[in-house]
Amino acid sequence: MGWLGAEEWQAVALSLRVSLWATLVALPLGLFTAHALARWQFPGKQLVNGLVHLPLILPPVVTGYLLLLTFGTSGALGGALENIGIVFAFRWTGAALAAGVMAFPLMVRAMRLSIEAVDPKLEEAAATLGASRPWVFVTVTLPLILPGILAGAILAFAKAMGEFGATITFVSNIPGETQTLPSAVYAFLQVPGGEGPALRLVVVSVVIAMGALLASEAVARRAAARVGGA
Amino acid sequence: MTLSVEIGHAVGALRLDVAFEAPPGVTVLFGSSGSGKTSVVNAVAGLLRPDRGRVSVNGWELFDTEARRWLPPHRRRLGYIFQEGRLFPHLTVRQNLVYGRWFAPTRERRESLEKVVEVMGIGQLLPRRPGALSGGEKQRVAIGRALLAGPRLLLADEPLAALDEARKAEILPFFERLRDAFEVPILYVTHSAAEVARLATTVVVLEGGRVVRQGAADEVLSDPAVMPTGVRAAGALLVARVVRHHADGLTELDAGGVPMFLPHIDREAGHEVRLRIAAHEVILSREAPQGLSALNILPGRVAAMREGAGPGMLISLDTAAGTLLARVTRRSAEALALVPGARCHAVIKTVAIAPLDVGGV
Repeated sequence: MGWLGAEEWQAVALSLRVSLWATLVALPLGLFTAHALARWQFPGKQLVNGLVHLPLILPPVVTGYLLLLTFGTSGALGGALENIGIVFAFRWTGAALAAGVMAFPLMVRAMRLSIEAVDPKLEEAAATLGASRPWVFVTVTLPLILPGILAGAILAFAKAMGEFGATITFVSNIPGETQTLPSAVYAFLQVPGGEGPALRLVVVSVVIAMGALLASEAVARRAAARVGGA
Repeated sequence: MTLSVEIGHAVGALRLDVAFEAPPGVTVLFGSSGSGKTSVVNAVAGLLRPDRGRVSVNGWELFDTEARRWLPPHRRRLGYIFQEGRLFPHLTVRQNLVYGRWFAPTRERRESLEKVVEVMGIGQLLPRRPGALSGGEKQRVAIGRALLAGPRLLLADEPLAALDEARKAEILPFFERLRDAFEVPILYVTHSAAEVARLATTVVVLEGGRVVRQGAADEVLSDPAVMPTGVRAAGALLVARVVRHHADGLTELDAGGVPMFLPHIDREAGHEVRLRIAAHEVILSREAPQGLSALNILPGRVAAMREGAGPGMLISLDTAAGTLLARVTRRSAEALALVPGARCHAVIKTVAIAPLDVGGV
């Protein structure tokens, strides 16, 4: 790629990889959490809801520092995970973890709204027709909330692409390992003559964000047309 | 089939305490809103877990709180036709129809898709999605979907209540076909006396969560003690045979030897039809009326009388055609000196019998 320098391209590729993994891993967890929050009654529901939303309202630096305390090499979970070969500290996996945690509340919110919009009466109807609970979920609930899942995933992906504060606090800014697109923009702006590469990365960033937004709108429109009739 | 129901349940202010046994055919749960009809059906379907009771279909126990037996809804092998259709919006009509079939054991798949599609007249709708269907079409698909699940019992909770009068008239015949063309028994909830008259084999009348009357449709509908006097719902059921269609648009019927004339009925001569004669459309006269425009005059005797809260009263009349109900004012009853056993004539205008009140036997 001639237009982007090697270091810039590295940052873009890393960001895509980090965001993709963050989104994929968060997807099933997010769906489970959203379903639990939308449909189940259990003690401590408000606490879970609060925890899920915490990354949205805390300063990202604080979230990053909490991740470092928990998943760092000397952290509460970090040490144990290191023994079984999973390392987050100063690795791209750590960047993915930070991005995933930051994107999680946005994903859950979108999914929860779509689950709440499904009429439980349809699920009842499916049950009377012989579908057990897992089947009801797969054949009725899931297809109806698919637009919400996709919207949540796209939103989470976009958020992961832009995540900066928690990432740089947790896994620093190591080119080729943890230097994501926003970290790279920040790094370029710290050195004289870095405006050119920074500006090119900004353009890439805008294109990806706009693309994600348009894709989610298109998905929502198609889903609405399908369910609406014709 | 016998459906055996025994349910005790408290929902809000309503204390439900219902027990009945239903023979094969269409059993109608009849009562005003808030009488507990829907709770009974939901308990049978397993969507509501009652405090106590048991329900069995043909000896097959759906639940028994004493024996701590509770089948979840998906294992009850019922077909439920809901008031709002509840079709799956993301599936086509065809996919909706075969949805329940997919979960049914092969030996329970009694009806073929072709037959159901033909009887319900939904062939041209198959590739469409529910969003593009009219209310009446949706309900026909919902009936077909429930039927194709291979149910041992069909439940219908006010399936016509959400439709306008024209759509009701369109869908009612499909329930008659359902009753006549398929063998599956039906538990049907309604507050409409017209629907009871057209469909019911057995009627179970609910009031305030209790069964106040149970019996054959014609007996219950002509019992002034059961039918509310003040409302327009009261009306008796007659069975008549089509004699011939006249050139002036009238159909001549024979009701137990008494000739009756109705606006054209779309049935061939020799067929039997059920007629619901609304009580407020019946005029009583002590002498055989002369020079009257009304074409239907049935002689009979007063069988029972019941006073209502208002100025009206409900009188049942034994005629050769069957028992009729008439709603008259108390003042008229006194003026005519109507007492049980008194001879009188029931006068019914031909056009007073609504098309919705005429159906197959």
